[in-house]
Amino acid sequence: MKIKTLTLAAAITVGMVGAAEARDQIRIVGSSTVFPFSTAVAEQFGKSSSFSTPVVESTGTGGGMKLFCSGVGEDHPDMTNASRRMKKSEFEACTKNGIDITEVQVGFDGIVIANAKSGPDISLSLEQVFLALAAEIPQGGKLVANPNKMWSDIDPSLPAQKIEVLGPPPTSGTRDAFVEIAMEGGCKTLAGAKELGLANKACHAVREDGAFIEAGENDNLIVQKLEANPNAFGIFGFSFLDQNADKLKGATVDGTMPEFEEIAAGNYPVSRSLFFYVKQQHVGVIPGIKEFVTEFTSENAWGPDGYLIGKGLIPLPDAARAAMAKQAQGLQPLSM
Amino acid sequence: MTDFIADRAATRKPDFSNAHLRKRYRAEARFKLYGIAAIVAALGMLAFLLGSIVMTGSSAFTQTEIALDVTLDRAQIDPNGTLDPEVLAKGNYRKIVRDAIRAQFPDVSGRRDLRELYRLVSTGSDFTLRQIVETDPGLIDTTQTIWFKSSADIDQLNKGAIPRDVVESDRRVSDAQIGWFDKLSADDRTRRSFNTTFFTSGDSREPEQAGVLGAVVGTTLTLVVTLILSFPIGVMSAVYLEEFAPKNRWTDLIEVNINNLAAVPSIVFGLLGLAVFLNFFELPRSAPLVGGLVLALMTLPTVIIAGRAALQSVPPSIREAALGVGASPLQTVSHHVLPLAMPGILTGTIIGMARALGETAPLLMIGMVAFIVDIPRSFTDAATVLPVQVFLWADAPERAFVERTSAAIMVLLAFLILMNLAAVLLRRKLERRW
Repeated sequence: MKIKTLTLAAAITVGMVGAAEARDQIRIVGSSTVFPFSTAVAEQFGKSSSFSTPVVESTGTGGGMKLFCSGVGEDHPDMTNASRRMKKSEFEACTKNGIDITEVQVGFDGIVIANAKSGPDISLSLEQVFLALAAEIPQGGKLVANPNKMWSDIDPSLPAQKIEVLGPPPTSGTRDAFVEIAMEGGCKTLAGAKELGLANKACHAVREDGAFIEAGENDNLIVQKLEANPNAFGIFGFSFLDQNADKLKGATVDGTMPEFEEIAAGNYPVSRSLFFYVKQQHVGVIPGIKEFVTEFTSENAWGPDGYLIGKGLIPLPDAARAAMAKQAQGLQPLSM
Repeated sequence: MTDFIADRAATRKPDFSNAHLRKRYRAEARFKLYGIAAIVAALGMLAFLLGSIVMTGSSAFTQTEIALDVTLDRAQIDPNGTLDPEVLAKGNYRKIVRDAIRAQFPDVSGRRDLRELYRLVSTGSDFTLRQIVETDPGLIDTTQTIWFKSSADIDQLNKGAIPRDVVESDRRVSDAQIGWFDKLSADDRTRRSFNTTFFTSGDSREPEQAGVLGAVVGTTLTLVVTLILSFPIGVMSAVYLEEFAPKNRWTDLIEVNINNLAAVPSIVFGLLGLAVFLNFFELPRSAPLVGGLVLALMTLPTVIIAGRAALQSVPPSIREAALGVGASPLQTVSHHVLPLAMPGILTGTIIGMARALGETAPLLMIGMVAFIVDIPRSFTDAATVLPVQVFLWADAPERAFVERTSAAIMVLLAFLILMNLAAVLLRRKLERRW
């Protein structure tokens, strides 16, 4: 018994010493939205090259940036995924720690408003989305707590049905993008909103009286709840609508259906760009980074017939993709 | 008021009337019924939970396969006939697999249709074929019938999770694919076989290639670290505090702190791990070593508290008798008290370990919530654990991951039952009656 314990203790010590050895595995952190694509490339890369499979962590965009910009060296990740562009403050934090960055735009992601197949078809404008979900809306020249209980309260052409929307919590990148694009977009076109101080960030407040339900980070859960409740709508990423097209249907937003072609062409209003960032100092130090970037930006991966499309990625237009691939493989530095 | 009650109690005569007795018996019967109802309700909920997991998860243990006649053309694999492993690894297996599918449906043409046709089999088929050729290069230049995994969508169609009766645009499988698959079925070229991959491989983005082995090994490594740290430290702390420590303010303070630590939310231990083990000691991220350290911190208070309770329950007469026949305090503890307390200590340890087995929150901070394909081989390799695997799969959009999520939960439960079983057996062996 004693000897066994000693052996195990020795094994741990050896393990600790082993940690000092050089890392031969690429480490990627960042957005949970880019996670499915990054992992698919990592797996393909690990199988088809002589390098070991990169480790991809899902930390969220902000958390990933923090880890990524914390320094140069083996203890810090080599790449970070982001469901939005790097902020100036994050770029400065990176520069301060002596990090040079290459930015790569991977493609687009649409955010859909969907309900069960058995529910009503619905066509919304961004303005109506705002009126349905904002905490406060302008009415009679002043801001009042959102009085809309039914969709038909907003516009008689909408169904006479209780407003019930399941969406992601504030910690989620999908929520960030949704309030920034849909809510702020709707707010901008709303007459008399700006005069009452409803602009930019002020438009991001989502109502908390039960009409908007925070359903957790798990989009599959929202899908299940929508199936059970045909009167409810859900907000989530396009890939979940794509995978569950037999159960759900997407709402038309500003006259455009949430379809692959429409998002790719930039017609669908609620869509965002996806990125990853590479730490240039690690290229050549951690083996395989350059090859990984090349794999990610190959037509076989992110092209219109690539395997990432099967995972729900919406590709960049052909010309932009070719330019981006060149820029990425040349590791062009980012400046801000 | 109290006087009045006391007065009445004093003067009350025992009531032996039938009515009163019946009332008492009825009350007793009702009380028993409540107890039974509580147990039935608890069991019912457990059965519902397990039932729904098994119902959704059991289909993950089988996998649809498609048989193809593969011509292992030398020109595609090893043009110079050297049989050099490096050349074999680079062969164009994808083309061979695709040619084999096309041979089944020679009349399919057009880029779009062909792409759909190729999607019948898993994208991992070229690697499957490569492995077959690498293990037996003698197969080159022969034609073999090989069972390939179908793609996850076809598998879901075969299992009925993707409905056939909805509009084509609303499902992941096209009408043409259904037609091809049905033709293959009619030719006896499809089957559902046991899904060994699920137990022999690590995570994958393709559901049909995903397995739990990486997570099981990661869990084992992490729990080994947790156990060999928390058990000895916990038992020593409990023994010292209970048997040797003087009772004063300091030991009181320590006791209060240990009790408080047991109630601290686990994410806090994760933050501590990030600050201390990763940032200060610079241990590697995502390593089972760090995960084990963090979980050991979390488990320690539970082990100490359970250990102290077990030591307290050893009758003082045992200690007095041992001391009375001349044993030293150390001998008293190590020969008599500790062995008698051991079953209780083990129970506490297993409760702590079971909690550690189910944790994901503290592991998030130290990078163990990650996509890791390679099976970890040491305490410092990147690894993930079973609950994290469940969490990651539950979040994946592909429908085939739904059943795999439930299947992974079943594996997690099996792991837990095994651990508990080991504890029960150990306890039986050590248990003594007095």
